[in-house]
Amino acid sequence: MATPIDLHEVAIRELETRSRYPWRIKACASTACQSAGAGPAYSAMEREISNSGQTQTVQLVPTGCMGLCSRGPLVRVLERGGDETMYQHVDAEIGSDIVKSHTGQRIPIQSNVLDHHGPFFAEQRRVVLANAGIIDPDRLESAVAHGAYLALEKAITTMTPDQVVEEVRASGLRGRGGAGYPTGTKWSLLAGAAGDQKYVIANGDEGDPGAYMDRTVMEDDPHRVIEGLAIAAYATGANRGYIYVRAEYPKAVERLDRAIRSARRNRLLGRRILETDFTFEIEVRIGAGAFVCGEETALMASIEGKRGMPKLRPPYPTERGLFGNPSMINNVETLANIPAIIDRGSEWFRSIGTEGSPGTKVFALAGKLENTGLIEVPMGISLRTIIDDMGGGVPSGGAFKAAQTGGPSGGCIPEQFLDTPVDYASLSELGSIMGSGGLIVMDDTVSMPEVARFFMEFCMDESCGKCVPCRAGTVQIHGLLDKICTGRGTAGDLALLEELCVVVRETSLCGLGQSAPNPVVSTLHYFRPEYEELLVDREAVDA
Amino acid sequence: MRERRKTIEFVVDDTEVDAYEGESVLQAARRHGFTIPALCYVEGLSVWGACRLCVVELAEQHQLRPACAVTVEEDMEVITDSEAIRRHRRTVLELLFAEGNHVCAVCVSNGACELQDAAVAVGMDHVRFDYQAPVRTIDASHPKYVSDPNRCILCTRCVRVCDEIEGAHVWDIAGRGRGARLVAEMGKPWGEAMSCTWCGKCVATCPTGALFYQGRAVGEMRHEPDMVARLVAARRDHQWIAPGAHDE
Repeated sequence: MATPIDLHEVAIRELETRSRYPWRIKACASTACQSAGAGPAYSAMEREISNSGQTQTVQLVPTGCMGLCSRGPLVRVLERGGDETMYQHVDAEIGSDIVKSHTGQRIPIQSNVLDHHGPFFAEQRRVVLANAGIIDPDRLESAVAHGAYLALEKAITTMTPDQVVEEVRASGLRGRGGAGYPTGTKWSLLAGAAGDQKYVIANGDEGDPGAYMDRTVMEDDPHRVIEGLAIAAYATGANRGYIYVRAEYPKAVERLDRAIRSARRNRLLGRRILETDFTFEIEVRIGAGAFVCGEETALMASIEGKRGMPKLRPPYPTERGLFGNPSMINNVETLANIPAIIDRGSEWFRSIGTEGSPGTKVFALAGKLENTGLIEVPMGISLRTIIDDMGGGVPSGGAFKAAQTGGPSGGCIPEQFLDTPVDYASLSELGSIMGSGGLIVMDDTVSMPEVARFFMEFCMDESCGKCVPCRAGTVQIHGLLDKICTGRGTAGDLALLEELCVVVRETSLCGLGQSAPNPVVSTLHYFRPEYEELLVDREAVDA
Repeated sequence: MRERRKTIEFVVDDTEVDAYEGESVLQAARRHGFTIPALCYVEGLSVWGACRLCVVELAEQHQLRPACAVTVEEDMEVITDSEAIRRHRRTVLELLFAEGNHVCAVCVSNGACELQDAAVAVGMDHVRFDYQAPVRTIDASHPKYVSDPNRCILCTRCVRVCDEIEGAHVWDIAGRGRGARLVAEMGKPWGEAMSCTWCGKCVATCPTGALFYQGRAVGEMRHEPDMVARLVAARRDHQWIAPGAHDE
């Protein structure tokens, strides 16, 4: 059996190696930058380091996401004991110039320097993404040098399972998948459930259009997810875990697989973890990409190899879940918060965010903004700060119209509510939801009925077809919206649309159907005249 | 001898009634004569909870829940009928009628159809939605039975009875959303499904005319007027000429 890893020794060794290099270049190798050409840029830098004889002085590290994806590929140059320079739009040519000129002759390439002290970065508080863009996700040592598995070690060697549950409960952490259920409560339900076989599951079936928070966490810091899941297992008495990842995230699957293997080699997973009595195994399961499989009962059916369809609750998974055993499903981002909570304590965690929504939230900023990408902000920050300061506002020539949060289950928030703090309660008061973290900004060229139709088409296609209101109701809602959008709708259609939204919301079986009408209801609430203007008999409405 | 089951008291539409422990609201209420329409639920099979027709209101939660899936609890107050509940049930039925191709006048099950009965019961006399008029192919490949997906409401009674009672699991659902459909043996014609035992339980439990016996459909009636001539000839010549024999 392999000897257990000495985390501190590995960390010291890694830091020693690092300190041998006067220069370090960190190049984002995450999916967004890859698609912008990070691959050739990386090769060019590698080649140039070798050609210019800098192999002993420059360490080139592929890392995860640095956040400002719209300016990618991003590269950071760090000088030992000196400052850090961030570069944007680094293609192969700029890449080799950086090596030639910046690390070679200390002359930065001014044309591509990005101000990393600007609000996009300054307003962030990185807990979940603390290591994203910093470590090499494929190397366990790199993660360990930044504190990975210290929280697991602390939990299993110095805390009882009850103490771990209590710490998580005290932190006030709420589920980051969208619904915001208190994580500590969920954990104590599983901990209290009877049974020898229990399962913990990480939900990485991120399906909202435009959202890639969980993908980034899994790709860029897989060990954090594994550590969070292992701590969850220890606290709740589970000995098997699954990470459920959608097939559209091949890189996340690859990195998680590699991370699990290296964790197992180092006795951070498997039998007698770190020489304690705690045994825990993790397996990655790949979903076929159905949106409904993000719903916990459908997800479990999918892991079991069955058709991904939701089941009636109760029984809740903590009573009877995966393979009929007590199980618990946490979102990837939720689990990624756990190591920091255990490591630094619930009080520290509560110092971030708001009373009702402690901690941070990762958002995928998209749409009509100067800066788009991934941000992690403390809860309670205003939408205006996110959109105007961090996102740089709507590009010149356009005017802000609405912010869409929560994807197909969320709603649109108009200008007058932009000062609302981002937390679970405030967003739901506005008829939207926190959701998993998609945030799409729309300018005044966008038609809100069309936005509603877009999201309804998504829900219609993604409905599993089990219950009637969702299967047939989304089709009819979509049909009515299409009628209205194409100028064929009547006031009667609009009334029918509203009535049907209520039925679908109140009678659907699972969260997909129950929340599917949200984009329609919220746009009707804030932008009703836009619908009415499109009606055939709009004069009748006016009268 | 069967052990006597424990009973608990609860309230249905302001009437105090009893329920056996573990019984669902639907079972207990129906036992006491309350009518709650349901399409996917059938006594004896697992609870599917998908038609959403049996929705009732739980007084404390102010929330609609399927009666088939709620276990009776002591002193629970259930409302089985209200304007809101009726409106929801009507809408769900309208959605079903608009989704398939349900033409009662030419249906094998006309007059013996649970979908039709439910529509009558909740007063759904017209459909406000656009008919989707899907193009669906009839499967008459089985020697004994026919599947007409135009009348299928995806209640999965056939899937469950075949799996849970017969143990054959011939049926399942393929596709999702509006593309969801009943398939035999991973999409084979029913007649080629080797796992089918011809037991007919699926036909027996189907609430609509989606699964039925061969020869029962409208237009399948065959008259035989030339039989008279054959009978007369047989009596006269003491010889039976099989139908069509002299054509060869």
